[in-house]
Amino acid sequence: MTETTSETLHDVTVTVNGVRHSAAVPARRLLSDFLRHDLELTGTHVGCEHGVCGACTVLVDGQPMRSCLMFAVTAQDHAITTVEGLCSAPDARVAPTGESMNPVQQAFAECHGLQCGFCTPGFLTTVTAYLEENPSPTSEEAREAISGNLCRCTGYQNIVKSVLRAAEIKAERAGGASGEEQS
Amino acid sequence: MKPAPFEHHAPLTVEQAVAVLTEVGHDGKVLAGGQSLIPILNMRLASPAHLVDINRVAGLDTVEVTPDAVRVGALVRHAGLERSESAYAALPLLRQALVNVAHPAIRNRGTTVGSIAHADAAGEMPAILALTDGVVEVAGPTGSREIAWSDFFLGALETSLAAEELAVAVRFGRLPAGTGTAFTEAARRHGDYAMAGVGVTVTVTDGVVSGARASFVSVTDVPSVLDLGPALGGVEPGSGAWASALDDAAEAVRDHVDPEGDIHASADYRRMLVTELTRRVLPQAADRATTAPNAAFDRESAVTTLSSTPNAAFGGEGASDD
Amino acid sequence: MTTQMFGAPIRRKEDPRLVTGGGRYLDDLGHDALAAAFVRSPHAHARIVDIDASDAIDVEGVVGIYVHEDLPRSVGEPMPLLIPHPTLTHGRTGYALAKDQVNHVGEAVVMVVATDRYVAEDACQRIRVSYEQLPVVVGIETARDGDLLVHDDVPGNVAAHMLQEVGDVDAAMAAAPHTLTLDLDIERSACMPMEGKGVYARWDTERGELRMYSSTQTSTGVRAAVAARLELPLAKVECIAPDVGGGFGVKIMHPWPEEVLVPWAARLLGRPVKWAEDRREHFISSAHERGQLQRVTVAFDDEGHLLALDVKFWHDNGAYTPYGIIVPIITSTQLLGPYKPGTYRCEFWSLYTNTVLVTPYRGAGRPQGCFAMERTMDAIADELGLDRAEVRSRNFILPTEMPWDHGLLFQDGRPLKYDSGDFPASLAKLKELVGWDDFADYRRAAEAEGRKVGLGIGCYVEGTGVGPYEGGHIQIETSGRVNVSTGLTSQGQGHETVFAQIVAQELGVRMEDVHVTTGDTRKMAYAVGTFASRAAVMSGSAIALGARKVREKALRIAADALEVSPDDLEIVEGTVRVKGAPATSMSLGTVSVLSNPLRYAFDEAAKAATQFAGTFDPDKPPVAEGEEPGLEGKGFYSPTQATFANGMHAAIVETDPVTAEIKILRYCVIHDCGTMINPMIVEGQVHGGVAQGVGGALYERMAYDESGQLLNASYMDFLMPYASEVPTIEADHLETPSPLNPLGIKGAGEAGCIPVTAVIASAIEDAEGFPITRMPISPYELWELRRRHADGEIPSLHRLSRTSSKEPSA
Repeated sequence: MTETTSETLHDVTVTVNGVRHSAAVPARRLLSDFLRHDLELTGTHVGCEHGVCGACTVLVDGQPMRSCLMFAVTAQDHAITTVEGLCSAPDARVAPTGESMNPVQQAFAECHGLQCGFCTPGFLTTVTAYLEENPSPTSEEAREAISGNLCRCTGYQNIVKSVLRAAEIKAERAGGASGEEQS
Repeated sequence: MKPAPFEHHAPLTVEQAVAVLTEVGHDGKVLAGGQSLIPILNMRLASPAHLVDINRVAGLDTVEVTPDAVRVGALVRHAGLERSESAYAALPLLRQALVNVAHPAIRNRGTTVGSIAHADAAGEMPAILALTDGVVEVAGPTGSREIAWSDFFLGALETSLAAEELAVAVRFGRLPAGTGTAFTEAARRHGDYAMAGVGVTVTVTDGVVSGARASFVSVTDVPSVLDLGPALGGVEPGSGAWASALDDAAEAVRDHVDPEGDIHASADYRRMLVTELTRRVLPQAADRATTAPNAAFDRESAVTTLSSTPNAAFGGEGASDD
Repeated sequence: MTTQMFGAPIRRKEDPRLVTGGGRYLDDLGHDALAAAFVRSPHAHARIVDIDASDAIDVEGVVGIYVHEDLPRSVGEPMPLLIPHPTLTHGRTGYALAKDQVNHVGEAVVMVVATDRYVAEDACQRIRVSYEQLPVVVGIETARDGDLLVHDDVPGNVAAHMLQEVGDVDAAMAAAPHTLTLDLDIERSACMPMEGKGVYARWDTERGELRMYSSTQTSTGVRAAVAARLELPLAKVECIAPDVGGGFGVKIMHPWPEEVLVPWAARLLGRPVKWAEDRREHFISSAHERGQLQRVTVAFDDEGHLLALDVKFWHDNGAYTPYGIIVPIITSTQLLGPYKPGTYRCEFWSLYTNTVLVTPYRGAGRPQGCFAMERTMDAIADELGLDRAEVRSRNFILPTEMPWDHGLLFQDGRPLKYDSGDFPASLAKLKELVGWDDFADYRRAAEAEGRKVGLGIGCYVEGTGVGPYEGGHIQIETSGRVNVSTGLTSQGQGHETVFAQIVAQELGVRMEDVHVTTGDTRKMAYAVGTFASRAAVMSGSAIALGARKVREKALRIAADALEVSPDDLEIVEGTVRVKGAPATSMSLGTVSVLSNPLRYAFDEAAKAATQFAGTFDPDKPPVAEGEEPGLEGKGFYSPTQATFANGMHAAIVETDPVTAEIKILRYCVIHDCGTMINPMIVEGQVHGGVAQGVGGALYERMAYDESGQLLNASYMDFLMPYASEVPTIEADHLETPSPLNPLGIKGAGEAGCIPVTAVIASAIEDAEGFPITRMPISPYELWELRRRHADGEIPSLHRLSRTSSKEPSA
């Protein structure tokens, strides 16, 4: 047998995008790797693995956090939302349309808020949570809101635009939805 | 960049946590928010054999405002403390400093107590603990003890916390009535570790400064407090004498700090910078001392308990903010 | 009429997929693959004495541990020197795994393959390599001194020495009324795509075939290199670039050691193997760029006209030269920008250092050249007391002088000949945008408030779309779906969209019916790669040519079926119809059915093409002579030379009078890349380039210590700008079409970053009143310069000793 003993596996159960998932993983399994490789939810990306770039940002109980700076075992029993779970319609990943995407996703697509798309999931989760707290940011606030995420492609101009546009779409949809209900 | 293997312990009580820490001794590390620890583990700059994950320990996620202090439990996330209206009302300095801690996503996970226990000279909250004459509450195998901030920080990344002890809370001391506070720092990029930072308290009594203190980020190897009373005492903010008093205060800061240079800024530059930052931030604090002083103590809402994160599910149980 | 697609700011086809988590980047593939990790040299220069893996072999989950001696001959040979050049007399490349010696921190020494990356890193940690350290060469001065050598057999550390001269510089210099000499310094930065490199390889044992995926800018290049190294027939190797998370140049270099080793291990083990580069590896084992020392001597007349330009520079090429000397060649040629130098001599030395190798990073030597030229322009203006824009204007090549041949050889070995451009118009637009003529008033007002502000300017010309060629294949299915493939790769440039726009326009089909594949050698085996702002020009032109062929064929077939002349037909929204009689029509899908005579009907539509359907001329074969079955066509575009885009930027900066912190208040861009396919995407490219330029000007540097350790190999300390560090970018465009290609387009990918360092230096100099000669610059460095200026070590600009701070207008 080997010199090093095999690692203890921990049964981890996490609710991801509304679905309960369980897997047996070593204690050191980073939440980012757990999502990507154990659950094969590869929409969450890993850009630095030291918490600076923000590409791996997911929502933990609604709050943006770096999934590369959490262990899967610590996420036990918590609710995680990844980019795959932001879509309002379950088929959005198969056939994404404006309406099936959440307002932030739609805004990024409308405003050319992404180029290579690698950092994008981290921006989308961050901005989605941000707009819950601040539904109508100014341009300066929008810039501040995304200032913890690195993007190497866009120069951030259109990401700022996307945040503002997402706030508009969110408001439009809220208005539209209530109007429909009444009719 | 993947961490080395470790044994994961998930105690549910402080006693259990201390028991594990006692058992594993120096092979163990406490994991709370992990925002400083996990990067180090991922880079394998440290490979502790045991991680004592206190995230499931009950009772550590509360912020309490008492007549003397704001008490912050070991599982209170920076963001939780930052958003706490009662903590802000009691000690605005906390929020003034916390918004400078890294980025929101880090503050959502990182804990204030953890940041203090990490004792990084570039950390904001160790400096604030010092400036508020704070205390660290510690649980150990032989019981609890309290460590005054001045006895807690021994050196860069070094504290008087023993391997078998757990910091369960910190208490930031409340400030005298008529005190205004301010915090500022300069970083290469927004959210980076500061090249230099400074927090100040200015107490104004009968129109003149009756007390002033400052503590610093990134320019002293351990947190320290500089009494600016000799420079500013008795001076009316904004008066003719104020400008030269600020010069004296700046001079005192220049003499007090002992920065080191690195690739981002030389020692000389940091010394100049913190001096200038102090000069700029003091009038702000003096202004707040008269326009928005620290809240007078209100016995009705003396003890407020709140959960560390807006979503109680993450931090465990806890009363809501209000 | 079909909606105008070409030239419209159409939303990207890529985005719905990418914003919903549907992207598939390298590490999203192969969840069943083994993981590779590497033991990399901790020393900058050392001999390998011993490698002891005994503690690692037994780690549970380890599948293989490999050192250089384990590699077969072809894999163990030095890596290829991709772009040889006659002046690269001492080209050197490394090995896939270091043999005997390491020449920079981060060089791969041992490869471990294990069940997952965690275990592979555990094993790496247990492998003990003993080294005998050698003297280290870090920094261009040390390399230039030549006392210590990186490679024992490369005297003076000189990889290449190149000289180009046009006209008699010495004579012009001797006769000139004014001369100036500038010593300039520009430091290293790096591409830093958000996704590192990565390779995933599967070996099909039964078929003896390799399929590999690489996060590369050239899948055809990787395929050819891997086939050669693994001694496989090209037909047995496929390489696919999946979604790629940014490139910016570093992924055009190939094959990286891992691109050879991972497929080799996959074949050896008969199991899929994957390596996903982590961020630390990317810092120390990919590539950097920019570092140069420059000495410019310039001669000019009383009006500021250039008479002679004599440039010497020393280029840090790192430890090896696998990508040749493309970067310094570009610096030496593109330095000239929009100007006529009078006479020109450029001499450079490309030098080895014990640091990470240097290969092109967005701009590829142009930012350095632009820095040299534009610093020189500002110096001339200051010397003569002339307006800085005016001095530039007086030296412009005029539209009437196009094409302009500089008499030099460019990076593609072809003449440096500008095809078009209207520099005076660009400058006028820029001055208007930034408010050039009002700045003196603005400065006075700011100074009255105790603020220091400065205005900077920078102009550049960029050779884009270099050859040798690209191809495009267009095929229309019976459903009307249009498949387009081109071999070069995509890293976020929106190729799926812009190439679809070209095809939609050329063919007369709807955007949603066009599906573009890039970077897949199964679909298009002939290609070069994505670099040098060439994708739109090269593949765009090739695809347009291919689409035109398909259109002709479709019209031929439809004309035959509808019994009209092809000249009477048009294609609108996927339907071929008679002009003026749109009822007489057939869909392109039907044309596709007819293009492929069938024996078997696989569906309703196919019946129309079977042998007993309809009428035919029994004397003609089913497939007409000279035709091929299928509604498809290929186009290749191979230009005789590059096409030259240009642009001009201006910025207003404010420097804190005490702390020397630097803030960009405004950043203005005028950009001319010829006809634009999609202005939204062009603008996005400009934004991204400017942001990288801002990083290179104010934040990013590779901080090596003298032992060759990279002190800031993390995102914590290598300061890529966040949104908080990038100013609002105000951009406007000029469209001077290129006469060289069918679409009139020029490349846009690199443009944004080229002049930024020059512009920011110009603006800071203007704010401070003393010369800025070394970039990037941080607050503490500016503060140090102020001290030295106050001590008289650095002279003031002449501007300050003249009557006022008003920029004189000539």
